[in-house]
Amino acid sequence: MKKLLPWILTIAFAAWVVSSLVPRKESGFHTQDFARLPVLHEGRLQPWDSVCRNTLLQLRGKQAFSFEEHDASGKTTLRTNMTAVQWALEAMFKPALADTRPVFRIDHPDLKGLLGVPIEEKNVSWNQVIPKFSELHSLATNAATIKPQLRSPYDVAVLRLYSAGNLFLQLKNTLQAEQSADFIGELLDYLQNLDAGRTAVINRQAGKDYDEAAFKKLAGHIEMFDRIQKLSLPLVVPPSDPNDKDEHWKNLGDQLIGAIRGDHLHESVTFYAAMGAGYRSGDTAKFNKAVADYTALLDKTYPKAETKGAREFAFNAFEPFYKASAIYVAAFILGLAFWVTASPWTRRAAFSLVGLAFIIHTGGLIFRMVLEGRPPVTNLYSSAIFIGWGACILGMVLERFYKDGVGVVVSSAIGFVTLVIAHNLALGGDTMIMLRAVLDTNIWLATHVVVVTLGYASTFVAGFLALIFVFRGFFTAGLGDVARKNLSRMVYAILCFATLFSFVGTVLGGIWADQSWGRFWGWDPKENGALMIVLWNAMILHARWGGMVKERGIMNLAIAGNIVTAWSWFGTNMLGIGLHAYGFTDSGFKWLMVFNASQLLFIGVGLLPLRLWASYQKARPAAGKGERTPATSGVA
Amino acid sequence: MLKRFFKPLSSLRLTVALLFIGLVLVFFGTLNQASEGLYSAQNRYFRSFFIWVGPAGAGWKVPVFPAGYLVGGLLLVNLVAAHTARFKLSWKKSGIFLTHIGVILLLVGQLATDLLSTESSLGLMEGETKNYSEDFHANELALIDTSDPKEDTVVAIPESSLKEKKDIQNPALPFTVRVKEYWPNALIVRPMAEGAIVPATTAGELKGLGVFPQPEAKTMDERSLPAAVVELLEGSKSFGTWLVSTRADLSDPIVVDGKTWKISFRFARYYKDFQMTLLKATHEKYVGTDIPKNFASRVRVQMAGSPEARETVIYMNNPLRYGGYTFFQYQMGADEMARQRMNGLGSSTFQVVKNPSWLTPYLACILVGLGLLVQFMIHLVGFIMKRSGKPHRTLSRPTPAGASAQ
Repeated sequence: MKKLLPWILTIAFAAWVVSSLVPRKESGFHTQDFARLPVLHEGRLQPWDSVCRNTLLQLRGKQAFSFEEHDASGKTTLRTNMTAVQWALEAMFKPALADTRPVFRIDHPDLKGLLGVPIEEKNVSWNQVIPKFSELHSLATNAATIKPQLRSPYDVAVLRLYSAGNLFLQLKNTLQAEQSADFIGELLDYLQNLDAGRTAVINRQAGKDYDEAAFKKLAGHIEMFDRIQKLSLPLVVPPSDPNDKDEHWKNLGDQLIGAIRGDHLHESVTFYAAMGAGYRSGDTAKFNKAVADYTALLDKTYPKAETKGAREFAFNAFEPFYKASAIYVAAFILGLAFWVTASPWTRRAAFSLVGLAFIIHTGGLIFRMVLEGRPPVTNLYSSAIFIGWGACILGMVLERFYKDGVGVVVSSAIGFVTLVIAHNLALGGDTMIMLRAVLDTNIWLATHVVVVTLGYASTFVAGFLALIFVFRGFFTAGLGDVARKNLSRMVYAILCFATLFSFVGTVLGGIWADQSWGRFWGWDPKENGALMIVLWNAMILHARWGGMVKERGIMNLAIAGNIVTAWSWFGTNMLGIGLHAYGFTDSGFKWLMVFNASQLLFIGVGLLPLRLWASYQKARPAAGKGERTPATSGVA
Repeated sequence: MLKRFFKPLSSLRLTVALLFIGLVLVFFGTLNQASEGLYSAQNRYFRSFFIWVGPAGAGWKVPVFPAGYLVGGLLLVNLVAAHTARFKLSWKKSGIFLTHIGVILLLVGQLATDLLSTESSLGLMEGETKNYSEDFHANELALIDTSDPKEDTVVAIPESSLKEKKDIQNPALPFTVRVKEYWPNALIVRPMAEGAIVPATTAGELKGLGVFPQPEAKTMDERSLPAAVVELLEGSKSFGTWLVSTRADLSDPIVVDGKTWKISFRFARYYKDFQMTLLKATHEKYVGTDIPKNFASRVRVQMAGSPEARETVIYMNNPLRYGGYTFFQYQMGADEMARQRMNGLGSSTFQVVKNPSWLTPYLACILVGLGLLVQFMIHLVGFIMKRSGKPHRTLSRPTPAGASAQ
């Protein structure tokens, strides 16, 4: 039975992963089919799904929406869960209802005071915000003039709520004007009146007699479409020429007002209008047919966009990094169990689970690369994903060689933590945002980021191995002679690779800079951070070769390497913002400090005399003298 | 004898100490960029031998920590000494050898870059032609003899000479330049403005205007714009007193001995033997956003005296290498708003770099990467051989088991 356990566990997890890939038929409105439809937003083709998720993130800090209804006694009577798209559909087609949903997250007590909501309430609706929106506007205008590093938490909270409010307004005016009672009717009316209205305008300008009714009707419509033109969030109307390289999408307002000039009216307009009509009247068949017909049209005329939307939707729904992180946790627990129980099946199970998580992790990484058409590392978010990925490989290689559970614990722990960091970084908004021109892909940049990120990953692996050394040695009696020597060798080997990757990665960065603006080295904070990792790793290696540090010394230096790497990875990004920064970077800064403190604590423990170490207590009489280390004859 | 001298310099302890000091230096050098400004922090921490610190306002400073040149220089000496005194080339150490040669090349190359390379900028409006680039920091007082219709003769006095506020003479000048006042960064203001210093001036387009001194610029994206008051004299005969400022690139004419001279305080210029014309500047954005997608400049370059002109496009990550210089797309003012400000004309600025040792990092990267790879592979192969029980011919050593992974 125990022989089969690793297989059973792995298959169970694999089944869980695969099950989410099977598409589920939606009853009622086919909101998932809507979610696949492509739009152009922030300069890139993406499905509605991504737009809605990222919008909700800005408002709520979450990618899904749920709310509770209470009766008079405060008891929860109903809990409603909505996907981001379901919420957005409501906002776009039934704005009055969406106005009542508590979708804005506010934390600052003074801001709650301003809105007059009870202090214990975390989420407020647009209806609660709107009475104070003009006040919020002037507060935000004021706060925006203050330099980011000098803003108070209240300023930041005001700015955030204000921009969230604007985002909500934009969303509501994307597929119809917010105040529109019957958009499809208005649209038909507008199109019918178009010729008469146009003639009226021309005659009026020429000072001739004109059809006043037609003129007024046209003016009324234009006023409404003007609102869409100015506010609309994504660009929803595809280019009339599907081979248009520059992807000149339009928003609905542009398209409708353009119709006066005789612009070709794209079919998407009527499809979206039909979706709206169906959604508002609860006519699921009408909504679903419009979605299906529009999808079929795009598939025929603009397959590139249709595919991109469907693929990114699949990626969002699959959530590979969430799934990988859950499996990493299971593997981590099994790895620890192996150290405690020493039963071989736990190690084998941990190893195959890490393998499974790694496959999913890799799949997600490649999927993202394909979606973006970019190298794996383009921003802080993707660097976290990639560091976890690199660390996972290194851990698995170590496990293959040593078979002592250390490798799987390293893989699963670093894999999990980096994915959690990535998840938190993703709260900032779209993680596939377009890159500024200077960061446009170039072979040097692509190899630089990959190699230097592997340098980060391997330095973290070395540091984590050293943490295992200190933890197991000091707190448990489990660090025997063999385990200790193995750990020493692993740390040394990984440090060698860390030196290689960080050096080559750093120099490649310089070469990229030389290619891009003619300066190999500009002492830029990020460059300096990478250089510090190189210096630190080189220092440990030389100290070892010179016999200046022995086993424990190297371990402590490797732990300190975690601090150096964390600084290079995150600290340098916080420099410009300074210590007064709040918001996400504030909590980022806090976590960086917590991390550094914990590493210092471990170094402190690592420095304690060996007689206090649990693992050395029983070994001490045999050891005879102080510290026992493997011979460290230097290479240099 | 030689050995005794080399021994301390070649020690691994020195290496470790220098690497650590280097790390500390880089850390504080980075941290203080935020408060001191990138340029000044770089000079203080990296482009000097010591970091000097003194109380604010006091005239003295003491060195408190080794700075970039010292640490880098000592590392170089340490490496060279170690190879002279200790290292013997062997197959087993070939990787380390390569690595160290690469590091030496990198350090020497960067020193050469620091000493020999120049960076300047060349800003052009569409249709404009220039045969010079301008320094990012330095300024000069230019005295220009414009009598020859074909060619101007320029005598450029560097800003550093103005700071001393002395009389300046030059055989090419028929007059003495007396620097009466100098401000490292100053606004030009109306004479009635509060706090304005109004120097006594007799000539020039800034005659009668006031000066409002400013603190010197700190950050990378701003620069100090100095002003000065100069008098031109022949013996005791004065031709006039000018207020000059790099804010106002005016060339005020004066006639001396039948020759027309212009005086201009301007960004220091580097003349080239070719000229460049900006034909078209393009600023592309991603649809529906303000995120720049591409900056591109169509330019024409032409060697002096040569009828042959060459047209090319400079864009992001695609510089032009011409006449020993490299032109990088640097700034761009060609979007709708910039064009509106400039009568529909776009503008483009290039970073102009001359760096004879630009190739050294490429070589260094290859050498070090290869060296480290070779070295670690030698160990890895030895380690795997040992584990699988087969002794590796070149690597088996009479060391304890624990040392096998080294």
